Amino acid sequence: MAILLAVWFVCSYVLGIFLVEPLNGTRIGGFPLGFWFAHQGSIYVFIVLILVYAAMMDRLDRRYGVD
Amino acid sequence: MNVQAWTYLIVTATFALYIGIAWWSRVRTTSGFYVAGRGVPAVANGMATGADWMSAASFISMAGLISFMGYTGTIYLMGWTGGYVLLALLLAPYLRKYGKFTTSEFVGDRYYSDAARLVAAGCTIFVSFTYIAGQMRGVGVVFSRFLEVEVHWGVIIGVVIVFFYAVLGGMRGITYTQVAQYCVLIVAFLIPAAAISWKITGNPIPQLGFGGTVQEGQQAGVFLLEALDALHRELRLPEYTAAFVPGKKSMIDVTAIALALMVGTAGLPHVLVRFYTVRSARAARWSALWALVFIGLLYTTAPAVAAFARVNLISTLHNTSYSEVPEWFKSWETTGLISFDDQDGDGVIDMSDGANELTVDQDIMVLANPEIAELPAWVVALVAAGGLAAALSTAAGLLLVIASAISHDIGKSILWKDMSSRRELLLARVTASVAVIVAAYFGISPPGFVAQVVAFAFGLAASSFFPVLVLGIFTRSTTKEGAIAGMSSGILFTGAYIVYFRLIRPEATAEDWLFGISPEGIGAVGMLINFALALIVSRFTKPPPDEVQRLVSEIRLPRERAADG
Repeated sequence: MAILLAVWFVCSYVLGIFLVEPLNGTRIGGFPLGFWFAHQGSIYVFIVLILVYAAMMDRLDRRYGVD
Repeated sequence: MNVQAWTYLIVTATFALYIGIAWWSRVRTTSGFYVAGRGVPAVANGMATGADWMSAASFISMAGLISFMGYTGTIYLMGWTGGYVLLALLLAPYLRKYGKFTTSEFVGDRYYSDAARLVAAGCTIFVSFTYIAGQMRGVGVVFSRFLEVEVHWGVIIGVVIVFFYAVLGGMRGITYTQVAQYCVLIVAFLIPAAAISWKITGNPIPQLGFGGTVQEGQQAGVFLLEALDALHRELRLPEYTAAFVPGKKSMIDVTAIALALMVGTAGLPHVLVRFYTVRSARAARWSALWALVFIGLLYTTAPAVAAFARVNLISTLHNTSYSEVPEWFKSWETTGLISFDDQDGDGVIDMSDGANELTVDQDIMVLANPEIAELPAWVVALVAAGGLAAALSTAAGLLLVIASAISHDIGKSILWKDMSSRRELLLARVTASVAVIVAAYFGISPPGFVAQVVAFAFGLAASSFFPVLVLGIFTRSTTKEGAIAGMSSGILFTGAYIVYFRLIRPEATAEDWLFGISPEGIGAVGMLINFALALIVSRFTKPPPDEVQRLVSEIRLPRERAADG
C-alpha cells in the first residue's frame, strides 16, 4: 500500500505540479506532457491505483479464507 | 418543438422517474433509512457516489472555471479525484468493516467519548448545510434560466421533489434515484462534449480531440492546444498550458489547494456514508473504484470541453464587430451571463489583456455549449435536466447526512438513549423535513457568505475529519484528548485563516498569505496541524482503554465483523 501511495504522490504532485515546466518541453501528440499529466493522466492513474489495490486486497482476503 | 417545450418535457419525465423510483424503494427500518439496509451492489453504489459527489458546481461551473484558468484548473481536476485514492486505500473499507451507521459514531467509539462524537456531528452538520444551500441555489438558477420561472419557485419545486424521495425513501430511495440521476447527468454532459469535439477536431471522443488538430479556419492543421496558446499570446494573456507564470497561481499554492481538496473529499461526511451502504469491506473497495471510474468520465471530459469552449469563444468573438455576433450571444446576453462594454467606442469586441471589453460568466461554458455548437433543441433541454440531476442528487445525500447526525448521533445516543427504532425513524424523517425547509430558505435568500463558504467546506473537512479518522484506524495509541485537540485546533486554525482573509482583509495579496498559500489551500496546513497536535497530545495523556486498542487491531484484520448494525 505504501508503494501505491507513493505512485499516487509521484503522478499527481511530482509529474503534474513540481515538474510540469520541464515536462512541458516534451510533446505527446498535441499535448505538452506535464499539462497532460495535470489534466488527464493523473485521473487515469488514480483509477488504475484503486483497481490494483482492490485486486490485491481480494487476493489477501482469499488467502485468509474470507469471501 | 422549441427549447422550452423540450425542457418541460424532459425535466418532467426525469422528475416522474425519480419519484417512481422513490416509491418503489421506500423504507420502514432505521437501517434502511440510514444505510439502505447495506444491500447496495458495488456498481450501483459507485454510480450513486458519482451523482452524490458531482454537484451543480462540477456539472455547470467546473469546465468554465478551467477554461479561464488553463493549466491551473488542475487543482479541481486532481483535487476532486485524487481524494478517492485516499478514500479507497485508507478509509472506506475500514469504516465499512467497523459497521454502524455514521462516521461520527466511529469517532465516538474509537475515541471513547461522547464529546468527540458531538464535535464530529457538529462538523458534519456545519459542512453539510453550507454545501446544500449552494445546491438549492443551483436548482433555482437552472429553473429560472431554462423554464423562465422565478428563482424561488424553482427552489420550491426542487425542495418538494427532494422532500418526497429523501423523507420517504431514506438512503435506499436516495441511492436508486442517484443511480438514475447519474445516468441523466453523464449523458447530458457527454453528448454536447462529443459534438463540439467532433466539430472542432473531427474526433468525437473529447479526451482524444483535446490533443488533436484543428479542422477549419486559419488555424487548420495546428494542434488544438498550440492554437489556443497562440490565441492567448495574441491577447497578451499567459499561455493556456503554461504553469506558475505571472498571472497564475504559484507552485506552492497549487500544491496546497490540490492537497486540501483531495483530503477534504476523503473527509466529506456525505461521501463517506455512501460506503456504509454496501455489503462488505470488499464491496466498499470495489465501489470506490466504480465511483472514480464514473466520476473520471466527466472529469476527463471537462478539461477538453474547457479548451474547446475557450478556442470557440476567442475565435468567434475577438475582433468581431458587435453587430455581427452570433445568435447565442444575444440570447445569453439577456441573462446577464455575458456582456459587452464598448470602452473605445469602435463597436468591435476586444478581448486582449488590459483592453478587455467582454465579461463572461464561467457557467456559460457548459450551459451555452450546445447552442454554440449548433446542436438541436432537445440537447439544450437535456443539459438543463442534467444540471438539475446533479444538484438534486447532491442535495438529497447531504440532507440524509444531516438527518442522521441529528437523530442518530445527537438524539439516539446522547439525548434519549432508550428511544425505540420506530421513534428514531420518525425522528429521522422529521429532522430531514426540517432540514429541507431550512435548506430551501437558504436557497431562496442565501446569506451573503454562503457562496464564499461552500468552497471552504473542503478546507474545514480536510482539517477536521481526515486526520482523526486515519489516526483512529492506523494507530492504537491516539487518545481522545489528542483527537479532540487535533480536530478543534485544525478547524479553528483553518476557519480563522479563511475568515481573516475573506471577510476582514479580502484585499490581501499573495505576499500577505502564510507561505503564499491562499485561503482555498490553507486546509492542507490545518490538516498537518491536526495530525501533529493529535500525535503530540496523545504521547502525554493516558493511553486508550484496552478494548479500544483491541478494536483498532481487529478493524485492520482481513476478517468481517460479525456484529453488523
